[in-house]
Amino acid sequence: MAQVHLNDLHKVYPNGYEALKPSSFHIEDGEFVVLVGPSGCGKSTLLRMVAGLEEITAGALKIDDKVVNHVDPADRDIAMVFQNYALYPHMTVRKNIAYGLQNRKVAKDEIARKVDEAAEMLNLGEYLDRKPSQLSGGQRQRVAMGRAIVRDPSLFLFDEPLSNLDAKLRHQMRIEIKALQRRLGVTSIYVTHDQVEAMTMADRIIVMNAGRIEQIGTPEEVYHRPASTFVASFMGAPPMNLLPGEIADSALRFAGMELEGCGREAGPIVFGVRPEDILPDEDGALMLDVEIVEELGAHRLLHGTMGGEQVTMHVGKETAVSTGPLSVSVVPEAVSLFDPDSGLRLS
Amino acid sequence: MKRAGFATKWLPILLLVPQLTIIAVFFYWPAAHAVQSSFYLQDPFGFGSSFVGFDNYSDLMDNREYRRIAWFTVIFTVLVTFFSLAIALLLAVKADKVIRGAKSYRTLIMWVYAVAPPVAGFIGLILFNQSWGPLTRLIGQFGHQFTLGVNYTDTAFAMVLVSVWKQVPVNFIFFLSGLQSIPKSVREAALIDNRSASGRFWDVTFPLLAPTGFFLLIINITYALFDTFGVIDTLVKGEPGNNPMTLVYKVYVDGFRGNDLGGSSAQSVILMILVLALTVFQFRMLERRIHYT
Ligand SMILES: Nc1ncnc2c1ncn2[C@@H]1O[C@H](COP(=O)(O)OP(=O)(O)OP(=O)(O)O)[C@@H](O)[C@H]1O
Ligand SMILES: [Mg+2]
Repeated sequence: MAQVHLNDLHKVYPNGYEALKPSSFHIEDGEFVVLVGPSGCGKSTLLRMVAGLEEITAGALKIDDKVVNHVDPADRDIAMVFQNYALYPHMTVRKNIAYGLQNRKVAKDEIARKVDEAAEMLNLGEYLDRKPSQLSGGQRQRVAMGRAIVRDPSLFLFDEPLSNLDAKLRHQMRIEIKALQRRLGVTSIYVTHDQVEAMTMADRIIVMNAGRIEQIGTPEEVYHRPASTFVASFMGAPPMNLLPGEIADSALRFAGMELEGCGREAGPIVFGVRPEDILPDEDGALMLDVEIVEELGAHRLLHGTMGGEQVTMHVGKETAVSTGPLSVSVVPEAVSLFDPDSGLRLS
Repeated sequence: MKRAGFATKWLPILLLVPQLTIIAVFFYWPAAHAVQSSFYLQDPFGFGSSFVGFDNYSDLMDNREYRRIAWFTVIFTVLVTFFSLAIALLLAVKADKVIRGAKSYRTLIMWVYAVAPPVAGFIGLILFNQSWGPLTRLIGQFGHQFTLGVNYTDTAFAMVLVSVWKQVPVNFIFFLSGLQSIPKSVREAALIDNRSASGRFWDVTFPLLAPTGFFLLIINITYALFDTFGVIDTLVKGEPGNNPMTLVYKVYVDGFRGNDLGGSSAQSVILMILVLALTVFQFRMLERRIHYT
């Protein structure tokens, strides 16, 4: 188990592309941190720098108080699970799992014991003598996990390990990986661009955008108190509604609504409200013109316009709905305010 | 899969005729002719021939010189194959790591591929020229008087050297593309699993190159046996004398210099059988070859 410190870690690729702006954060012992962000934002770059597969342009990377910028990947005491699993195609499952241990001069019977133990844990027992090409995607995924856990590393690195699986299997593996990590207590960094995975698995989420860290926080913080309009619109499905309002007389005004107590300077503002924080309310000051009702079984999503802006709201299945005008109100304490220019949270 | 059919059976046969004609005229007919001649003894002046059965074959088996040349051919083939493969693999591994200027580096190695064998032999002649060849001088520095075409070992050395030089680029291209088809992430996984670079090479890279390597092994054996003719001919300047030569060259020397068509034909039949065996072996191995996916 280990702590990880990133100190102004910076990455510029040889072709001059700045994939990671100087970024700093700290990961606690045993913590499960998820790096999330849109494609191309530099998640893999960051993870690969931690793994030692990508050179660090500037800044310091510390694993347990030891600067490892120039330490070989094999000596960083890490294990990595790749998106395409990266199994050795010519080795059996058993050899795939054992290979890292063999090179660490672990005794033969000890290796056999650990491989069996990992195989047991991952239900791979009957496949140990097969080659990777004879396994299904989910089974390969497990082998890749097995290869990581037998090593007892102090840090797990996952690069979108579930993105090649179908939705059902992904859901199942998500829970398994999380449970496994809990049980082993190994510090983990998990990269994904799936915000549901991020929300469900993380102790803390790091949201990245265009080579920059937008926010670091628990899933609740990131969801309920997004640090920027980017985070607000990236996390959550459907995303937070972002609407242009105005502050006047220390109240937030928007399309006939007036929220007191937003003690800000007068002027334009962007305010955000989650779909589930808009409630049907006969006395509500706001009018949502419902255009589409999206039936999701357990709940429904209503899409429509409010004050000329596209808005989505979330209602329980017991609420009767139809298209057309609907009186609503917003939960005042659930409203987030953002600077209209920088997009940063005002709080 | 959908199978297309022909209305009559004559059209497909008609379409095959050109190909079959070429094969028949340039392969089966000469081959049959060689088999036939191998049972006859030619009049030295080419006026007639008499049937001698297997005499040409048994003569060959008893011929010490033939056995000596066969033995040389084996050693030559092993050396050429081994060094062509080993050097090409080494270069490919190095070239694979080059990021900057990779293209020019590869082109530099590959141009040799375009050199025709007699030209390669000729370059060898220049390098080993008795009075001013740079390699002759270099070797002279170490106290050995290198005499191409006179000293048996020296000539053999030059033959191996030039043949290897000529074959390395082909192997290099195949090895390099083989290396580049290994997924990057598999190598990276190995980087995390094993700190020793040579360990990673032998445990991961080399086995994944094995299919390419096996294919090249057969190609190289065939090359050393047959396609080195031009190199050898140029290096011994058509004057075999006491110089080393391979079995293929011996066929030529006996048939066209010695006018012993029968003996020469018997030798080519033996070579044909050798190629046949090699081909069967290759297909057998290919069938059994592990397919990685
Ligand atoms: N070797 C490289 N040389 C130059 N630019 C690169 C290199 N590798 C990646 N990049 C660029 O760096 C940026 C970040 O890449 P990275 O692979 O970290 O993205 P990512 O967040 O993992 O995206 P995804 O979710 O699609 O995997 C991308 O714009 C990419 O084009
Ligand atoms: Mg990525």
